[in-house]
Amino acid sequence: MPYLDYAASAPLRAEALAAMLPLLQRPAANPSSQHGPGRAARAAVETAREQVAALVGAAPGEVVFTSGGTEADNLAVKGALLARPAGARQLVCTAVEHHAVLDAAAWAEADAGAGARVGLAPVDPAGRVDLEGLAALLEPGRTALVAVMAANNEVGTGQPVAAAAGLAHAAGAVLLCDAVQAAGLPGVDMGRDGIDLLALAAHKLGGPTGVGALVVRAGADLRPLLHGGGQERGLRSGTLPAAAIAGFGAAAAAALAEREAPGFAAALAALRARLLVGLRALEPALVVNGDPGRSSGAGGLPGLLSVRFPGRRAEDLLLLLDRQGIACSAGSACASGAVTPSHVLLAMGRGPAEARETVRFSLGHASTEADVDAAVAAVRGALEVLAPQEATT
Amino acid sequence: MSGPQVLVAMSGGVDSSVAAALAVEAGWDVTGVHLKLADTPAHLQVQGKGCCTLADADDARRVAGTLGIPFYVWDMAEEFRRAVVDDFADEYAGGRTPNPCARCNERVKVVGLLARARALGFDALATGHYARVEDGRLYRAADRAKDQSYVLYMLGPAELDHLRLPLGRMTKPEVRATAARLGLRTAAKPESFDVCFVPDGDTAGWLERRLGRRPGQVVDTDGQVLGGHQGAYRYTVGQRRGLGIATATPRYVLRVEPAAARVVVGERAELAIRAVELERASGTDGRGLRPGHARVRLRAHGQEAGCQVVPLGPEGSGEPRRGAPVNRGRTRLDLDEPVAAVAPGQAAVLYDGDLVLGGGTVAATVPATSSPAG
Repeated sequence: MPYLDYAASAPLRAEALAAMLPLLQRPAANPSSQHGPGRAARAAVETAREQVAALVGAAPGEVVFTSGGTEADNLAVKGALLARPAGARQLVCTAVEHHAVLDAAAWAEADAGAGARVGLAPVDPAGRVDLEGLAALLEPGRTALVAVMAANNEVGTGQPVAAAAGLAHAAGAVLLCDAVQAAGLPGVDMGRDGIDLLALAAHKLGGPTGVGALVVRAGADLRPLLHGGGQERGLRSGTLPAAAIAGFGAAAAAALAEREAPGFAAALAALRARLLVGLRALEPALVVNGDPGRSSGAGGLPGLLSVRFPGRRAEDLLLLLDRQGIACSAGSACASGAVTPSHVLLAMGRGPAEARETVRFSLGHASTEADVDAAVAAVRGALEVLAPQEATT
Repeated sequence: MSGPQVLVAMSGGVDSSVAAALAVEAGWDVTGVHLKLADTPAHLQVQGKGCCTLADADDARRVAGTLGIPFYVWDMAEEFRRAVVDDFADEYAGGRTPNPCARCNERVKVVGLLARARALGFDALATGHYARVEDGRLYRAADRAKDQSYVLYMLGPAELDHLRLPLGRMTKPEVRATAARLGLRTAAKPESFDVCFVPDGDTAGWLERRLGRRPGQVVDTDGQVLGGHQGAYRYTVGQRRGLGIATATPRYVLRVEPAAARVVVGERAELAIRAVELERASGTDGRGLRPGHARVRLRAHGQEAGCQVVPLGPEGSGEPRRGAPVNRGRTRLDLDEPVAAVAPGQAAVLYDGDLVLGGGTVAATVPATSSPAG
């Protein structure tokens, strides 16, 4: 089945499965246990820690394993705010951050005990944060955290993370970079970009679901959300899932090797271009959202294509594509599974009706030209079905 | 794939679950869809009651999984809010007693969904309603106690030709037994009652939160003030309880006059009406209501009465509905015998035996006894 929904979850890499299987089949072993099996599990975890650190230019000791990207974002937002005194809990994030950041911030603002204030930095029509707008929201001495994602998960636009980090640091704040979507791509580097907190999820890299990491630059002050056994330097208690972490590490290593191979990003961009040419031929009025191009210096997602089919409801397109065996997505799904208008597109100045017409195709490590061509053929079929609706609506 | 492509509306209840199962057993190419109709916080609570809670969406999804059919959730909360919820409040504010289920079928669940299904290339829509569609005509369900033909009267040939109602010949116990036989998790799910967007059943409280207090007077037919009230929308024709007045004989609501914030009460005998006038009347055959004798049902679970149908010509106003029969118009029904307590806003549905002839919305009533407003 042609899979063009990598941004939702990437297929498990063979390397990740191979790393996990022996740990799943092995006798019981808690990585914290002081015996042979425990030490073996711990060794697998520490190898993975090095692999994950290498992917993002961090030191292994800075990697805190979590249950995924959402927990990493929550730990960063709430942990950084709570580490500050009550009067210095202002937070600034871009309006296009993932809900894991936006809703954690909203919680901190609504909760009297947390007592935070939140400023949302505007974005331009491509979804790129307006740095002047962001700077204007900073309150030196009171701003605790600035959150700027590496690249947007819905439209693929890369963000000027290093510049934002400079602004954050000048105001005395730490910078959170949600790199859940962009980690496998060039351009995410803790040290070079001045990132203090960086969120990752294994499954977007071709690792398993249920594991991720918050990379915490040494010296960044953070309060834990989960208390217990004191694992992960006391920042994240809980028995480490050794097998999942090993899969995460292997996926990170594979993604790093891939990314360093010449032409990787260009190949993805070429697949995306092929898809766009095919879709445009079917629908000349097609509108592309975002700027995943890498020419501007800000690293976008070269394999992501967010497009609007004017007059066609994304829900309808999705159903017709699914019926033809093509997996892609529309907006973001709410708890019930219904498609709701994307806050990202709304922040970019699109109307709710336009947001409802947007479909996201995302390509990744195993995508092929055949996948792209199959998707284009399926869209042709879907548009043929939907055409009559146009005439009567 | 063989068989017709059928979209099944799956609410997460036992009826639509079995409708989907029977559609699969019939060999149709079935796709399930759950409509997210609410966007209130109750929708997000796992234990939230009423229609369309998160738990209902989950149940529908699990049943679709059991049946091995594709399943989607469509957000029609905005359409539902506009066409059903807002309309419900507006109708009460206007002194009428709406039927939100009929309205929902007309605008969202059946007509709206069917148009969308057809636009997506499906041959038909199937629902778990208890009614029968045979040879393009609408009939009562075999299970008279569960019959829902009353809330489907507005359908015309454009809809009926593409509507499948797999439960039409089944009784509720048979439906539950089928669900149990197929191992559907909704087999023992309790019935949903009341208005789905008023989960606690307190319609008066819901209306008060929505419309605010609008105090006024309770008067008799001579205009004598008998007491006060907090909002005329809290009253419906025929209501006896909650009037807050002390009288020698029981008093009933005869009329609600929201513009004057007045609730007019009277004797039980004064509730009797001898004719009703319908608006937006339509026939299920697409050719309009014709003069003649018929049986009419004036409440979802009310008794039926004989009546003469008297068409009064087309309506000047009123928005045309896509796919609607072109026969909409005003119609008067002269009742064979007086009927008590008919509220404007309710649906009046006409039958010839089991065949649904059509119906309309009660616009006005003519009292059997003379009255100052009559």
